[in-house]
Amino acid sequence: MPALPLDGAGVYVAGAYTLFVVVLVSYVAIMNRHVGRVRGELEELSAEIERGRRG
Amino acid sequence: MSHVRLPRLGVAAAAALGLAFGLTFFYAPLEADQGFVQKIFYLHVPLGIVTLSGFVVGGAFAVKYLRTGDRIWDLRSYVAIHLSLIWSVVVLGTGSIWARASWGHWWLWSEPMLVSFLVIFLLYCCYQPLRFAIEDPERQARAAAVFAVVAAGFVPMNFVAVRLAQQVTHPRVLSASGGSMPGSMRLTFLVGIAAIALLFVSLYRLEVARKSAALELRRLRKTLAREREARPVREVLPARPVVRDLVVLTTASTEGA
Repeated sequence: MPALPLDGAGVYVAGAYTLFVVVLVSYVAIMNRHVGRVRGELEELSAEIERGRRG
Repeated sequence: MSHVRLPRLGVAAAAALGLAFGLTFFYAPLEADQGFVQKIFYLHVPLGIVTLSGFVVGGAFAVKYLRTGDRIWDLRSYVAIHLSLIWSVVVLGTGSIWARASWGHWWLWSEPMLVSFLVIFLLYCCYQPLRFAIEDPERQARAAAVFAVVAAGFVPMNFVAVRLAQQVTHPRVLSASGGSMPGSMRLTFLVGIAAIALLFVSLYRLEVARKSAALELRRLRKTLAREREARPVREVLPARPVVRDLVVLTTASTEGA
């Protein structure tokens, strides 16, 4: 099993994989925020419809 | 509906990515010439392949839109290109890091592979400004589709042009002889491609589901406002099943994330 050298070449490898993870996590976080916003609007709309039904 | 499978797809992508990283660092042997820095290859190359495929798929969806006029194909084309564009940044970034470690330079303008990828990236950078510069949704979708089809044609053209280029320092992974990777490296590489492709499909579906839900909500709001002008909300209730669908969709999307 190869060692994981965190000096020399290891810094570059760590940098490349970190870049990938950072972009991926940021993307998922942004998408999650957008889904949350859609869900909020949906709840608002459902409540509006319910109010209309009762009223 | 396809979005129901989204959470499972996300879990599969995460597992495949974990396996690919595990194989990269604990199974694949150190490359004799480059040593540890070659580990970037297992991330950079699959990302590059999937990203370029994403652009081509976006073009294929655009063709489908132009043929059918169904807006869902425009949405799919947009999402495939949008996602590929984001991943292009990672491809350029990881490639640059590898170049610095291996060649001692962050970038080489004399290298056809690098420059051709940059050209494709810059070409697709124009996609969104062009798209959102047009207000009319129909015209916007049509112009974006034409752009996507033409730009997708450049991807294989660039690939062939790079193949024909004389001066190439960049390693060639895909050769006619099938490359010279030993079995363990090839396995790791193939698992990497599968993992990145699965991840791309998961994120693509998540974004399509999210955008479809947002568009449907907007449409529903407009209908509701229009109908309310004429009659009480009680009579607009046929829209209710759509609302229920949206709840399922947003829940699936969140779980998939």
